[in-house]
Amino acid sequence: MNDVLNIRDLTLKFRGYTGVTDVLHGVSLNIQAGEKVALVGESGSGKSVTARIVQGLLQDLKSAQIKGDLFFEGHNLNRLSAHEWHALRGTSMSMIFQDPTSSLNPVFTIGTQFTEVLRRPDPKLSKVEAAARAGELLNSVSIHDHDRVLNAFPFQLSGGMNQRVVIAMALANQPSLLIADEPGTALDVTVQAQTLNLMHDLVEQSGTAVLFISHNLGVVREFADRIYVIYRGRIVETGPTRAVFKNPGHAYTKALLAAVPRITGGGIPDIPDTDDAFFEPMVVHNGGQA
Amino acid sequence: MTPLLSLKNVSKTFGSKNHTVHAVHDVSFDVFPNECLAVVGESGSGKTTLANMILGVFGQSAGDIVFDGQALPTKRSLDHRRAIQMVQQNPLSSLNPKRSVGSSVRLGLDVYGIGAKSERWALVERALEDVGLSPEFRKRPPATLSGGQRQRVAIARALACQSRLVVLDEPTSALDVLVQARVLRLLNDLRQEKGLSYVFITHDLSVVRNVADRVAVFKEGQLIECEKTSDIFEAPQQDYTRQLIGAVPVVADEEIQLRNTLTQGEKI
Repeated sequence: MNDVLNIRDLTLKFRGYTGVTDVLHGVSLNIQAGEKVALVGESGSGKSVTARIVQGLLQDLKSAQIKGDLFFEGHNLNRLSAHEWHALRGTSMSMIFQDPTSSLNPVFTIGTQFTEVLRRPDPKLSKVEAAARAGELLNSVSIHDHDRVLNAFPFQLSGGMNQRVVIAMALANQPSLLIADEPGTALDVTVQAQTLNLMHDLVEQSGTAVLFISHNLGVVREFADRIYVIYRGRIVETGPTRAVFKNPGHAYTKALLAAVPRITGGGIPDIPDTDDAFFEPMVVHNGGQA
Repeated sequence: MTPLLSLKNVSKTFGSKNHTVHAVHDVSFDVFPNECLAVVGESGSGKTTLANMILGVFGQSAGDIVFDGQALPTKRSLDHRRAIQMVQQNPLSSLNPKRSVGSSVRLGLDVYGIGAKSERWALVERALEDVGLSPEFRKRPPATLSGGQRQRVAIARALACQSRLVVLDEPTSALDVLVQARVLRLLNDLRQEKGLSYVFITHDLSVVRNVADRVAVFKEGQLIECEKTSDIFEAPQQDYTRQLIGAVPVVADEEIQLRNTLTQGEKI
């Protein structure tokens, strides 16, 4: 099959002073080319560490014990050297973080940082060419005064503007996989809605596959084609977004959906923080892949 | 009914002669006893400046803040400070990491001189019990608590000194959705039980819909709409309010319908 990313039975343990903590208990997921897949769960459920492992950012950590297979575009990532990992990041696999302003370097202008991104696959790219290419990319995220933005430092731009810049940078080298870790959570709702719509349209045009990590079910519903719900390091439910939201099968997914306050009203339901039923086996919907 | 708190033409400007910012401009509204008034608006709309003026962190540049029939001076008496308390967004940074949970809650009792010295630990334990924490939590440092438990401690701290008005500044936006639901329920129960009033500052309109009696919408330091919650959501008068509601990410089909009727299917 045409999988961009395939994770099989991933386990992660952290060794600490007080003993070993199990973080992931056999997570399997796959993303096909051009597909937008969301990984949803609460804090501490293992969403972000999964993204970090996919990028090879946890493998060097001595206290982390990682098992399981990672395939990216058919290649087994476990066999890559540190150098090869580095070549992969920012070119065929890129990332968008939660807070756009703090993920940009405050001491360099946007232009300098953009040039650095564009020189990853093409180190000989001239300054003029880079600026022209950056201008085109900024156009695609509806920023039209390129010169002002490219000469500005990140703290001189608004959060929404920085988020657009970050999206443009992440898609600059036409990655086959984009990992978005809680994008826009630090932004206002209106700005978040605008930038997510923009990102949605852009990845759709370029056919980039997206691993979208979030705890916000509303955002996920609007963005993703397929979702995985993760609870305490286990995938508890997976399927096409529509099916899961319409007919949640697992006790945890049901609780999660019921706990979201509705703008149509109805009060806040009484739901336990945790329940034995949350540890029941995974529910797979038609069209979802485990 | 007489309002517990009224703001009358309150303004706040920051800056020097050459460059002034009108953070809050000519704002008037009332908060009634046992009412939850939500204050919504995007970042920079003046929500937090407003909270700081109500709490007396700094004074207003113009206008009056009236609490329980008396105009509040910038320099507040102990009684006034006690009556108006706050719960902040991130309990990890609002609780002192070097104090045990109990001593954080007790600090207010000591400052305001509530109860006899010998009774105060019992009062602390009762305050913790009110928010659903067992007395053993008294001795634990905040770092050993979960996010939801920490926010409960912050609520206990605000309520232990017999406050009447609590300013809640994004009290649940740092919490997971399941934990958020429980904390919101707790806040609601405590309000009914103790007859408290809340000024609930947030940008999450779906939370507002379910906890607030009335909603005040802020934009660029001005109060543009202040109505009953059901009116705001069913028939907003201002375009900006419609935009805010239209941008809320939602999960249910009937919510999408409501949103579409408000925005006429337009994408934000």
